[in-house]
Amino acid sequence: MSDYNFAYLDEQTKRMIRRAILKGIAVPGYQVPFASREMPMPYGWGTGGVQVTAACLVPEDRLKVIDQGADDTTNAVSIRKFFQRTAGVAVTEATTEATIIQTRHRIPETPLTEGQILVYQVPIPEPLRFLEPRETETRKMHELEEYGLMHVKLYEDIARHGQIATAYAYPVKVEGRYVMDPSPIPRFDNPKLSGNCAIQLFGAGREQRIYALPPFTKVVSLDFDDHPFHASKAPHDCDLCGAKHSYLDEVITDDAGGRMFVCSDTDFCSGRRTAGHIGRLGTDPAHSRPHPSPTNAEGGSLPPRGERMGVGAHRQVGSA
Amino acid sequence: MTLMPPLSTTDTPLLQVDGLTKRYGSRIGCLDVSFDLFPGEVLGIVGESGSGKSTLLSCLAGHLTPDLGRVAYDGRDTLTMAETERRRLSRTDWAYVHQNPRDGLRMGVSAGGNVGERLMAVGARHYGGIRDKASDWLGRVEIAADRIDDRPTAFSGGMQQRLQIARNLVTGPRLVFMDEPTGGLDVSVQARLLDLLRGLVRDLGLSVIIVTHDLAVVRLLAHRLMVMKGGRVVEQGLTDQVLDDPQHAYTQLLVSSVLQV
Repeated sequence: MSDYNFAYLDEQTKRMIRRAILKGIAVPGYQVPFASREMPMPYGWGTGGVQVTAACLVPEDRLKVIDQGADDTTNAVSIRKFFQRTAGVAVTEATTEATIIQTRHRIPETPLTEGQILVYQVPIPEPLRFLEPRETETRKMHELEEYGLMHVKLYEDIARHGQIATAYAYPVKVEGRYVMDPSPIPRFDNPKLSGNCAIQLFGAGREQRIYALPPFTKVVSLDFDDHPFHASKAPHDCDLCGAKHSYLDEVITDDAGGRMFVCSDTDFCSGRRTAGHIGRLGTDPAHSRPHPSPTNAEGGSLPPRGERMGVGAHRQVGSA
Repeated sequence: MTLMPPLSTTDTPLLQVDGLTKRYGSRIGCLDVSFDLFPGEVLGIVGESGSGKSTLLSCLAGHLTPDLGRVAYDGRDTLTMAETERRRLSRTDWAYVHQNPRDGLRMGVSAGGNVGERLMAVGARHYGGIRDKASDWLGRVEIAADRIDDRPTAFSGGMQQRLQIARNLVTGPRLVFMDEPTGGLDVSVQARLLDLLRGLVRDLGLSVIIVTHDLAVVRLLAHRLMVMKGGRVVEQGLTDQVLDDPQHAYTQLLVSSVLQV
């Protein structure tokens, strides 16, 4: 613990953020402006999500942080450490044990339960931004429910690519009213937004907006009658745990075209391996934990994701 | 003028304007303008630059709020109606053709998307249907079907203007506002555009208010003419009557300033 106030932000700031969160929950999908603070990390690294998490945290909470589904990449590790240091809360990698999950770009594969809070990091909260640059105009469009333009974007996709090519940040309509940017989650995750038991909060630090989906909110992905929405993923099974229906990352393993597909949700993948599921390239999970020397896919044992992808090798997760 | 589109015989005006005034501070935008526009009628507004033509048009289309006066569309006051309703009108019943097509088009969106936008804005959700309608309209404004996926940036000025017209007419509006639709086009392109406009106005029975400083354009298109100077209407009447027998000194000047080739 340090000299910081609990969870870094001062109490008045947390109060202000909680007000914005409550308003966001009262009007699902509506972007509530809030006075975003400077955080000790650069914009784009989750300053919005961190502020929302800080405002929600209580000492009894158990925090999980994921980045692209992984618990062990730089962003996730540094945010988790940040709250370990400033709030002293317990942390976990297990989705089922967490009370607050801060996420960047994924919804965990394991279904969330009542009482959990999922906090998204949002770079650009305005779904109409790249179609209409004027903020005054986009606000008016939300106010008057003029969302034809959103379909123009989908039309352009089909005209150019033969199908709706928007693969992430796929626009959704909340309870038949506001069109919302679900943050850059893959569209594979879109169906999980709807009717979710957990509270879903979205924080955009640079753009100073908070929006929310209360539990069991109806969320519909926009589409055309003759080009319906479908949740897409790579047509493979996980090479480590053999999961057929989880979202996969493609990992290049050598410079001769070798590649493997692994679950992007590391907790889900390791949970399955512990339960005895083995994929095409998988081995007994007891031997695939941190390994000092780099190995290739043929070698059987794989270093943890973070190291494979050349990002931070910190693995003191859960040691608090 | 046998080429003129026939006037419809209804006697309730589509648009009633009464005492419309817009000031910019102490300067006059337009002052005490009143007229009725009937279904199927084409009204030309001419005058020199700064005479208040475009101010008047913007007030009518709801882009500017006039200081005084009343505008009724189909019996409903457009100045007091809710903004939701006015904006719905402006993407269904009304159309606005800008002088510069760049103002009226989305330059980053393909021609098909530009035409389809209004359809999607009023609830069309069938891609095939939208595309069919878009290519039909591109055909009507003489844009080749294979240009449907090109962006307007790849189009010539005349094509952009025709695309803007298609984009505006696709939802079947009843009232079209045009602000110098032929401005900046060379004469042969202008002539084709006018020809096209005249055909569309006649076939669709559109009511049009067309603002221009080009007397040839109103001679070809307009049934009635309003001449503006310094924000005031100085003369109005049937087009041929005003152009062939101008009464007001300014109109006489205007008519006599046209260069004869």
